[in-house]
Amino acid sequence: MKLPSLRAVGTEAKLMLIGIPVLIWTLLPLYHLFLFAISPKESAFAGKLWPDHPTLHNFAVVLKQEHYYLSHFWQQLWNSLLIAVATGVLTLLVATCAAFAISRLKVKGGRLVMNLALFTYFIPAAFLAVPMYRTMGSYGLLNSQWALILAMVTIAAPYSIWVLKQSSDQLPVELDEAAIMDGASPMQLFWLVYIPLMAPALVAVGTYALLLAWNEYLYAFLLLSKDTAVTLPVGLGNFLAADDSPWELLMTTGLIYALPPAAIYYTFKRYMVSGLTAGAVKS
Amino acid sequence: MSSTLALPEQGGTVQVRPAWNRLTPWQTWGLILIVPYVLIFLLFVVYPVGYGFWIARHPHSYEQLVEDPIFVRSAINTLVFLVVGINIKMAIALMLSGFFVQARSWIKWLSVIFILPWAVPSIPTILSLRFMLNPEWGVINSLIFRLTGEDGPNWLNDPTIALSMAIVVHIWKSLPFWTLILIAGRLAIPGELYESASVDGATNMQKFRYVTWPSLRTLYLTSTILSMIWTLGDFNSVYLLTGGGPADLTHVLATLGIRYLRLDQVDLSMAAIVCALPFVLPLVYFMMRRLAK
Repeated sequence: MKLPSLRAVGTEAKLMLIGIPVLIWTLLPLYHLFLFAISPKESAFAGKLWPDHPTLHNFAVVLKQEHYYLSHFWQQLWNSLLIAVATGVLTLLVATCAAFAISRLKVKGGRLVMNLALFTYFIPAAFLAVPMYRTMGSYGLLNSQWALILAMVTIAAPYSIWVLKQSSDQLPVELDEAAIMDGASPMQLFWLVYIPLMAPALVAVGTYALLLAWNEYLYAFLLLSKDTAVTLPVGLGNFLAADDSPWELLMTTGLIYALPPAAIYYTFKRYMVSGLTAGAVKS
Repeated sequence: MSSTLALPEQGGTVQVRPAWNRLTPWQTWGLILIVPYVLIFLLFVVYPVGYGFWIARHPHSYEQLVEDPIFVRSAINTLVFLVVGINIKMAIALMLSGFFVQARSWIKWLSVIFILPWAVPSIPTILSLRFMLNPEWGVINSLIFRLTGEDGPNWLNDPTIALSMAIVVHIWKSLPFWTLILIAGRLAIPGELYESASVDGATNMQKFRYVTWPSLRTLYLTSTILSMIWTLGDFNSVYLLTGGGPADLTHVLATLGIRYLRLDQVDLSMAAIVCALPFVLPLVYFMMRRLAK
């Protein structure tokens, strides 16, 4: 009895020896962010594990926009939300239609479109940024939020189409045939059979596009410039412009901005993980 | 009885199938539904890419580019970032995936926390790391000073350390995702393989060598290549941590384009990307062969 239990303790200790560094490594930058957000300005630099007088003062300053860098906080938060939702909805619309046409209607040239989309997916986004900036300029869309929305749809759609096509291919052909036998039109098949069955994959794809747009920094700061039009990440980046930036306010704003995507991620984790890793694992 | 009942049904489907392919409403609807994406592709992929090549058409842009020490440095940095950074990241992910598949409730909880860096946006966390590394007030140097009484290194002012830190930031951010992928890969390996290996008296190393690795090898390779392609586009880890500095010595290709854009040298920005294509396209081709099945 004694020996196996000793051995079990040893295994457990070895696992802890990995687990504890992993926990510290993961949480350190996040805790640092949190610590600054709840510390008064003077004691933020003291290097303590917990502030002597934790305060919500920083949050009040941010929410009341009481600092030069934060004078458009609510507007920028709204912009982030608007652009993320618009990107999510548009991507979902475009990608669902395309995946349905390719996978179920077997449209001519569908395979080619799928390959072109996959190719786009593998172009590093930063490589396309400069030409995209110029393109939006020639379309006269610069400084319009449409520029960012359309750019994000362009980036999010290829992977979305691919994921949707993969799950769509798994639906039995007999379903379509049965619907056709019953005299269903293509649109009825789409709305009454396809959309309900694809719901989990649609949630995954919609969330993916939404989070991608919410988190985007490079394209947002390239395509938008007016303080009232930019998204919150660009507003955060502006803090870097000066050496005497109020770091505790930057951290507080960053924390507020990081919470919604984390909440969305954990809410839809089930769909996200199965939907988004399935593609990569199936190799 | 059942077979005679089934027959007309089968006959029905046989009739429907070719008709459904020939019937124009289906193809028409297919075309209508695929047009939105095709339009987006033409307007926001084909046109910009063509425009980019057109900007980069002059040979003297390339001459200028090769003579720019910042470009050469960025190319080397990018290579280091990919070859060193990605391999370290994937090796850690491979080890950690073995840790996370252990059946313990506390490991389950840890895995939920472990995914956080990937789930939260990169801007606040990279800025948090940037501040931790501040040589004067950052928490890391304060700690070094308190423990040893000596000043810590000037993390972001030394190009080598700064680039290493950018790699660390990149690993911090994307390690959870790849660990998750490899966990999924490990969970797909049938448990009987390990059981029979145990019966044969295999050690843990032997189990990894003869059971885990052969099953994971393809996934590991695919993940490494995909991660390399994505990391080429990792703008944030470098830009938000070092801004390319000190003295533009920590740029990678992703941030270099923006530097040239700022300097109003768009042709150089595009030429730099064109120079990267011979290395990128084979990787892209490999991935497309993998995924287009």
